[in-house]
Amino acid sequence: MRCAGIDIGSRSIELVVLENGKIVESRQSDSGFDPMKNATALINGAAYDAIMATGYGRHLFEIAFNSPTVTEIKAYAEGARFLFPDVRTVLDIGGQDSKAIALNADGKIKKFEMNDRCAAGTGKFLEIMARSLGYELDDFGPEAMKAEKDILISSMCTVFAESEVTSLVAKGSDRREIALGLHSSVVRRAAGMLKRVSVNAPVIFAGGVAKNPCMCHLLEKALESPIHVPKNPQMVGALGAALLAAR
Amino acid sequence: MSQDYTKMWEKLGLNLEAHDALLSVLGKAYQDIYLAQKNRPQGMGYFDFVMSEVHGLRIKELLDEQAAGRKIIGAYCVFVPEEIALAAEATLVGLCSGADFAADEVEKLLPRNTCALIKSSFGFKLGKVCPYLECADMIVGENTCDGKKKSYETLNTLVKNLYVMDLPQKKSDEGKALLKSEYYRFKEAVEKLTGAAVTAESLRKSIETVNSKRKAIHRLARLRSASPAPISGLDALLANQVYFYDNPARFTDSVNKICDELEKRVENKVGVFPENTPRILLSGCPMAVPNWKLPWIIETSGAVIVGEESCVGERGTRNLTDDSGTTVDEMMEAIVERYFKVDCAIFTPNPDRLSHIAEMFETYKADGVIHYGLQFCQPYLMEAIPVEKALEAKNIPTLRIDTDYSMEDAGQLKTRVEAFVELLK
Repeated sequence: MRCAGIDIGSRSIELVVLENGKIVESRQSDSGFDPMKNATALINGAAYDAIMATGYGRHLFEIAFNSPTVTEIKAYAEGARFLFPDVRTVLDIGGQDSKAIALNADGKIKKFEMNDRCAAGTGKFLEIMARSLGYELDDFGPEAMKAEKDILISSMCTVFAESEVTSLVAKGSDRREIALGLHSSVVRRAAGMLKRVSVNAPVIFAGGVAKNPCMCHLLEKALESPIHVPKNPQMVGALGAALLAAR
Repeated sequence: MSQDYTKMWEKLGLNLEAHDALLSVLGKAYQDIYLAQKNRPQGMGYFDFVMSEVHGLRIKELLDEQAAGRKIIGAYCVFVPEEIALAAEATLVGLCSGADFAADEVEKLLPRNTCALIKSSFGFKLGKVCPYLECADMIVGENTCDGKKKSYETLNTLVKNLYVMDLPQKKSDEGKALLKSEYYRFKEAVEKLTGAAVTAESLRKSIETVNSKRKAIHRLARLRSASPAPISGLDALLANQVYFYDNPARFTDSVNKICDELEKRVENKVGVFPENTPRILLSGCPMAVPNWKLPWIIETSGAVIVGEESCVGERGTRNLTDDSGTTVDEMMEAIVERYFKVDCAIFTPNPDRLSHIAEMFETYKADGVIHYGLQFCQPYLMEAIPVEKALEAKNIPTLRIDTDYSMEDAGQLKTRVEAFVELLK
């Protein structure tokens, strides 16, 4: 039996197809302005017997394709457990939300936290800050890591932080140090959320933001614990949904 | 609505255009949230009618009572004793505070970071859309939280008939003495308003009336311990909300009729949701009409609410007033005893509330607790953290939610609630 999972996020859509416990297909596209159209295009031609949807667009998909749904929280926990069977803590930072999940020793979700209603501390925050500092998103983390010290960014609000960055640039502050400061502020927030659900090793860091090496580095320092990043951190939610579709 | 009430509203000084807009939003919400539910008890038809006439027929009834010489008292809190009002020939009604209204006007008078409930009560006044407030002969504010306490100073500049009741903050002898003297002061104020003296006979009768209303609600609550749940949490919440508006005797009859029907449902194992649906106990801030946001999200996310640890719910209706007294003073004492047990978060410390949450969790066979805190409601938000810790120490899964009346966080809340429900399965 081939089972698929689709994760319709605010920034991207991922599809994973499993057969006999092996990933046989994985696809990704932008969510764009019409996520359902893009989701339909993404599943076009993919062969599967059952599909489960997750992500903020899951209910639209449920209506259009009569598919069952699962929250990102359960999907990420499930996907992380498949990749790291003894996982106890999952951090997922995606395009517009972030979540911390604590699991029992037997893999059940014990407690979770999500960010508040705004984009503070999410991928969107980093994306906007990279742009206002003139970096490509992929260079943002590596460049920040070259700084020797960071400049404290006091505002977590995307709008206020952007004006704080603008005034720091105007004062002639080092661009890399500002970049490092911005990463530190996102990490402080993520670490706070993780500590509220309790941090036990091993810690898995997933979602698109896990591709940023500076975030990984700072997070290890903040948690004083090694963190593990899956090879395709953005696919973990879709993978979890596919695993649940198989049950 | 069955007839045209425009003239009546005009006479009350409502802003007709704004009021029409409010009613149309309310009607739409009721349709989407209430009438869209499946397997509702037939007896809920009465509450559908009440809601469709909540600003119509019920107001007309109140105005008719006024014409016949009764007085109408509007209140914002369960600490205002209905027994005393009724005994002095006044009718007590709850005042509107469950929806955002005229936010721009409100923020000219109150800080932005005031809780949605207080802002709402001002919004209804400033927007001139609450016929209960406009027809009331006396409006009772009560010193519960700091927000309410201070906001009444401002409300006093907007209405001419505000009466402020002081309340204790500690469950001590001194606290009880304060409540007692305030209840006597309130009795005198109501007597002055109506010109009718509270007598042993009238007080005994009013205790009976209010107790009957509570007993009907207790009966409804007990039936919800059955699995599958015979009534949705939304419908049970509505009954608890209408408790504050309706004629007491008619309300009692209508709830008892629903209970008769629910008893048959329980016998035949008929429920509103399948038997294995995760069961939620809601705990926290009160939900006034039409604040149905969180219960609606919960019950459209695969769970059923089986109890409300709330002022609009069991905290408000928990205890009966002892009816064995024979003199006014004895019965006043019983009223003080009864209300002094209310475990509102304005009391410090407030250990009874935690025991009641745990007790309700057992009684209603809940699987998890969702703690509902209104943003900027310090007493409940402060208590939420130790409550969550204590419940988790008892292995009771708990989800703590801080929100307001706006729908902007609905998607996010839905994800959190769904994930919590997944965890309970």
